[in-house]
Amino acid sequence: MSMVGTRVIRKEDPNLITGRGLFTDDVSIMGTTIMAFVRSTEAHADIVSVDLAEARALPGVLVVITVDDLETQELPGAFMRTVLAKDRVRFVGEPIAVVVAEDRYIAADAVELVQVTYRPLPLVITPVEALAVGAPLVQEALGTNVCFEVPWPQEQIDQVDRAFEAAPRQASTTFHSQRVHPVPMEPSAILADWGPDKLTVWASTQMPHGLRNCLSSFLGVPQHQCRVIQPDVGGGFGAKVQQYPELFLAPILSKRLGRPVKYVQTRTECFAIMCSGRDQHHEIDVAFDDDGHILGLRSLIHADLGAYPDLPNSFGMPTLTNWMSSGCYKIPAIVAGYKCVLTNKTPQSAYRGAGRPEASFLAERVVDLIADETGIDPAEVRLRNFIPTDEFPYKVPHAEVYYDSGNYPLSLHEALRLCDYENLKVERDRRNADASEKLMGIGFSTWVEIAAFGPRGALEGFGHIGSYESAQVKIQPDGTAIIATGASPHGQGTHTTLAMIAADELHMSIDNITVRSGDTDTTPQGVGTMGSRTAAIAGEATKQASIKVFQNACKIAAHMLEANPDDLECVDGLFQVKGVPSKTIPWSQVGWAGLSPTLLPDDIPAGCLESTVFAEPTGFTYPAGAYVCVVGIDRDTGHVEVEKFYSVDDCGTVINPLLAEGQVQGGIIQGIAQALFEEMVWDSAGQPLTTTLMDYLAPAASDVPSIIDGRTNTPTPHNSLGAKGIGESGTIGSTPAVVNAVVNALAQYGVKNIAMPISPQRVWRILNQAQGA
Amino acid sequence: MQREVTISVNGATRTDTVEPRLLLVHYLREQRRLTGTHIGCDTSNCGACTVLIDGLSAKSCTVLAVQADGHEVSTIEGLAGSDGSFHPVQEGFRQCHGLQCGYCTPGMIMASVGILADNPHPSESEIRMGLEGNICRCTGYQKIVEAVQWAAAHPQPQPAGQGG
Ligand code: FES
Ligand code: FES
Repeated sequence: MSMVGTRVIRKEDPNLITGRGLFTDDVSIMGTTIMAFVRSTEAHADIVSVDLAEARALPGVLVVITVDDLETQELPGAFMRTVLAKDRVRFVGEPIAVVVAEDRYIAADAVELVQVTYRPLPLVITPVEALAVGAPLVQEALGTNVCFEVPWPQEQIDQVDRAFEAAPRQASTTFHSQRVHPVPMEPSAILADWGPDKLTVWASTQMPHGLRNCLSSFLGVPQHQCRVIQPDVGGGFGAKVQQYPELFLAPILSKRLGRPVKYVQTRTECFAIMCSGRDQHHEIDVAFDDDGHILGLRSLIHADLGAYPDLPNSFGMPTLTNWMSSGCYKIPAIVAGYKCVLTNKTPQSAYRGAGRPEASFLAERVVDLIADETGIDPAEVRLRNFIPTDEFPYKVPHAEVYYDSGNYPLSLHEALRLCDYENLKVERDRRNADASEKLMGIGFSTWVEIAAFGPRGALEGFGHIGSYESAQVKIQPDGTAIIATGASPHGQGTHTTLAMIAADELHMSIDNITVRSGDTDTTPQGVGTMGSRTAAIAGEATKQASIKVFQNACKIAAHMLEANPDDLECVDGLFQVKGVPSKTIPWSQVGWAGLSPTLLPDDIPAGCLESTVFAEPTGFTYPAGAYVCVVGIDRDTGHVEVEKFYSVDDCGTVINPLLAEGQVQGGIIQGIAQALFEEMVWDSAGQPLTTTLMDYLAPAASDVPSIIDGRTNTPTPHNSLGAKGIGESGTIGSTPAVVNAVVNALAQYGVKNIAMPISPQRVWRILNQAQGA
Repeated sequence: MQREVTISVNGATRTDTVEPRLLLVHYLREQRRLTGTHIGCDTSNCGACTVLIDGLSAKSCTVLAVQADGHEVSTIEGLAGSDGSFHPVQEGFRQCHGLQCGYCTPGMIMASVGILADNPHPSESEIRMGLEGNICRCTGYQKIVEAVQWAAAHPQPQPAGQGG
């Protein structure tokens, strides 16, 4: 029986449920010291002086340094940033000095003893401020706060202008996809041990190989002497692909002290200095006709990248938004452009979805706007505009983006059936007319995203060595298998997923397969786990490597059975001539023979039961789906409750439905949280107001609903599994469904738009004004 | 200034010398080398550090080691049977995919053990309210709720399964 497609419980779990997981802070080496940062309390200021004397004199303190003590000062992978602040600070939290001490309590004491004096400078917190004439400059050397720009191409402008001139109707809107934090439950952590012959780094990272390559060139240590180990990682969500100062400072200070150096970020630091996501301001015009057909779209984005963009990810986020701004709709003319703006805030970068949640928000809000303007049901407007199922591969009009496959009406019809839309509408109208009931709203999101990053060239542009992912399948002498992959999972269940794929191709029990990842010395070069790429690409690599190994295994078994390899089959780990179960050779004998030359046929060398494949997909994949959100709104308090959430995902082939559900549910809750709860807030002096889990409302179990899951399956042609990827879908699709539902509930009060997060205050003000009127 | 404390952890009693300001979670992780109890915040909001003190669930980052003097602490490491059998809550998390990255998991499991000790058959909303102090960023909580329901329905220890 095939494993792929079944609900297999995870191989990862036994360690993690017994406290035997090994996260970076759990790794202990004798003599380990603790590193801590002195961080800026000013958002924009010249550093007048830094007095380290008292801190250095504290017993137990081993070293305290500033940027002046560093040979190489420029932070790799960051825009105009030094590893520690040099002369000037540009956001609250920016590291100024670093302390290493015998333990974390002494390190914290020493940080308190460092005296920094500042000369505050005027600052900018929003793109509007940053773009004002005469605005203070975040980087004076740049001469502007615009650090990167993709203007509207003239040809697209003309085309869209013509579409607008010919269109019977048009509408405009603006929105802000606010800054939200990934909040991995394990903040950043690193342990560096630079001994005489080797640097070993344990890091909470999403890409150990990329980090190894970067550390090696920054520190000038050859790669054979630079090992990065990714132990268990407590979530990443896109915020652990960046090159942070601590990743370089811990090795440097380990070398200097001749002792291991560990840094474990506090949650407060995590909010202040880990990259956070979104923060795009959108200006949208849409042209359409009386039947709700979309005829043209203009999109201009101002992306607020904070003080030091993460290169090139930060610049790439609005590119992805632009690419996906057509949503799953056939829009004949689109013009899309953006400006990346510097502000005195924490750097912005990827957060689960990375540019696509902003695009789905754009497309899904626009469709609802058209529904509102024309009075046509929002589900019907969607059905009228979907890219027809027979038009795949579909090229969007404004970019070299080719949707691989899709069946958008199928997903929406499934969602309508699942939620019983006709009855929901009746219930909504009844409740909204009855003042004793909560208000009710129904919101749709029929989203599409881009995944399986990527085809050749896609990630090279982001500084990666390739866009592939790797898998090495190696049969052990006892006939069991170890798979080593360059993918670097941190919660996705990839060990289970890859073992399932291999079990099918090797015709071996999954219990006899172990997957290893996250060690640059022992796994093949990899790219990393991000961009919903692992199942589709590492999965394909595992499949192809397993097929090769199995072919050789059949040759060996055939030799032992004195049969033709083509006549063999393998049933429950036993090789036999098809239909002749009386004589069998178990995997254990084949595994032994594979490494024992005396047992092998002449034309097969020892080691033949080992294969490494670097799989490259032939294109991006485009997972899609239809979500329906039902909200109830308390008429007195403005509190919004998600009463029901229906999800129909289409990620092509599902390898493990249990894990796919987990990815979707977790992602949807993150997306609901952006709509209703989460926002990073800075005051006008640039002080962050959301630096704890008390102020930043990452939801708890009691804040969120259960999801009612559905599924359609439209495979991708870009890998032999047909898998599109599902890691980010939930986050991408869910936010607009919630906002659309709230706007739907409040439509009777003339509400056409509402800012996120949709707090009770925001809703209460609307209701209160309406009642006052 | 140092203080002497005698604390039982998972049935093993030991006397240690600690600074009065040492948090229980750091005592467990660094002096007892029990790293299954995690730290996810510095404001007692996340619950990653949840343990049982004298059978009641508590956030070990809000307790000083000196306050645990003379008390019995249970951590995730003490939950499985000595024969390797999983506690029903552990098995529930595994069966229902109640964990992804596993960072919140020890705290979630200990908090769930606390909930079931009070209320062996909690409703979905009782479970959600009971886990209010524990944050999970991966699962969206649905499968954690199912895991606790699974444990409520299977109160006997579960033989150890095949591991990865
Ligand atoms: S570490 Fe104790 S509640 Fe977060
Ligand atoms: S499983 Fe990752 S935080 Fe809960």
